Amino acid sequence: MFSYTLRRLLIAVPTLLIISLVIFLLLEAAPGDPLGEVPLTVPPEVKEKMRAALGLDSAWYVRYGLWLKQFFWVEPMHLIDALFGTHMGDGMQRVISFQSRQPVMDIIAERIPQTLTVVGMAYLIGVSIALPIGIISAYRQYSWFDQLGTFVAMIGFSVPTFFTGVVLIIVFAVKLQWFPSVYDTTLQITDWASFKAQVRQMVMPVTVLALYNAAQISRFMRASMLDNLGQDYVRTARAKGLTEKVVVLVHVLRNSLIPVITVIALGVPQIFGGAIITEQVFKVNGLGQQLISSIHSNDMPMVMTLTFIFAILIVLFNLIADLLYGILDPRIRYD
Amino acid sequence: MTDTAPLKNPQFQAEAAARPPRSQWWDVWDQFKTHKGAIVGLTVFMLILVLILIGPFLWRVDPGFVELRMRNKGFSGAHPLGTDQLGRDMLARVMAGGKVSISVGLTAMSLSILLGTTIGVLAGYFRRLEGPLMRLTDLFLALPLLPLLLLMVTLFREPLSKSFGPESGIFLLIVCAIGATSWMQTARIVRGEVLALKEREFVLAARSIGTPSRRMITRHVLPNVLSPIMVSATLGIASAIITESALSFLGLGFPPDFPTWGRLLFDAIDQMQLYPWRVILPGVAISLTVLSVNYIGDGLRDALDPRIRGR
Repeated sequence: MFSYTLRRLLIAVPTLLIISLVIFLLLEAAPGDPLGEVPLTVPPEVKEKMRAALGLDSAWYVRYGLWLKQFFWVEPMHLIDALFGTHMGDGMQRVISFQSRQPVMDIIAERIPQTLTVVGMAYLIGVSIALPIGIISAYRQYSWFDQLGTFVAMIGFSVPTFFTGVVLIIVFAVKLQWFPSVYDTTLQITDWASFKAQVRQMVMPVTVLALYNAAQISRFMRASMLDNLGQDYVRTARAKGLTEKVVVLVHVLRNSLIPVITVIALGVPQIFGGAIITEQVFKVNGLGQQLISSIHSNDMPMVMTLTFIFAILIVLFNLIADLLYGILDPRIRYD
Repeated sequence: MTDTAPLKNPQFQAEAAARPPRSQWWDVWDQFKTHKGAIVGLTVFMLILVLILIGPFLWRVDPGFVELRMRNKGFSGAHPLGTDQLGRDMLARVMAGGKVSISVGLTAMSLSILLGTTIGVLAGYFRRLEGPLMRLTDLFLALPLLPLLLLMVTLFREPLSKSFGPESGIFLLIVCAIGATSWMQTARIVRGEVLALKEREFVLAARSIGTPSRRMITRHVLPNVLSPIMVSATLGIASAIITESALSFLGLGFPPDFPTWGRLLFDAIDQMQLYPWRVILPGVAISLTVLSVNYIGDGLRDALDPRIRGR
């Protein structure tokens, strides 16, 4: 197990390096110019100086190397400094956004809480709805509940999240006026009233994402339960007189959860990607919205860093899913 | 596959002549017909296609015709689905948008299936290519796809629209971007199937009579991996349509005056409080299409699975 983990971690390093190179070269090959919005009246020699100040005058591999050093060496240093009050990173150049001239990581740190509360809450709720639905659908296969569940799940992953979001806004924010349509990120939770306001503004984005995730996970749960319900050990458990509740909720459920948990782990990075759209619909200023606004303004360091963080999440959760599989299922041995 | 071999037995010959020639696709169709959702899905999808392809000949209104005096009108005889903020007819725009959205879906799916099948067959059939191609697939699976799609579309839209014209340039860009980021699942499935096929006796027999690799693949391998390819092609249409409309929704799809369903939805967002119908119409169109295609895919998967067929 340990050597397997180590081997996977070692494979992850070149994978991430190649991904970062791909993103970097894509940005490099693109004809967009970060100085495109500088007025034409600015003389060319000043423009050259501005390019030099942004570091655009050196060759691409120099800049790629610099970015690697900044991302993997300088930024962790600054993180340690911020956490423990040390001064290891002083004087080192951090990854700076072209757009705001602020360190990219500071902006990301500002944005992460919004994304995490909405996305994390949505995923938790989605999973906690999906599991019972999947269990009941499988236990009562082809009943009206199962048929309804199948239909709702089909709708859940066929209707795009931007449309569900917009429909929710029209119905609940415009017509019924129950919830605000725009997510207010400046809201501080100080007392009961502001907590209620926070909950109210979170209801719709969380519902949209939760429904989408629940649709997929409930299908996996159902399929996995169905696989196990027909196994011999279930017959044995029933034959030795266990109650139906124990058979289903202890024996079958525990075994069925193994593949489902890995699916849940694999879904985590995807919902961060999916949240890009939901954040845009509800105007949540999280990571996704930052990514889109940086793409529009040709802010290369920001786009590079954000996209790479998404890639790290994917590689990390793929690893977690594989390891969980090995830990939870004793039949699987990685040797 | 019909029986072409000469049959010696006269009685069997007579029987075969009385019975209409029956290929395996008729069995698949029989099984497909028993899936209620798939039949409803197929009907709805056909209706949408008919509406989009034949509709513009019956409803001869130019979707780009601006009539400022007729702005933001509701449903009426002259404009059955109302008009938009520039007085353009919504029915004509929804039909024109559907044509673009569905053709993006079909073309992007074909590209992704072509890539996925080629890579899957090569990786499954030639052992030497398996390692590098599968590493490539894993690498693509680890890429953050939506951010990369957004990047590709924003960064390359100008040069491509300059060289191919604004509409076909963006069409090409979006189709290639979606195709290049969605082939991995197909490649994995096809590779798995090819690996299993390679162990079968008929492949051994074909190889022992000296069939060259090219003909082995086209004659023996490809026809036998057609089922999983067809299923993933169907599901690929649905996901390509969703991706295209998501790009348009984020303002990174087709140019503003070029209607697609995602673009219509995006254009209507600003005034959705006053004119919610304009958001709902294209949204329902996208959802219905994707839902029907997904149901067709579901039915097709069951119909093509020989373990379920005939039950």
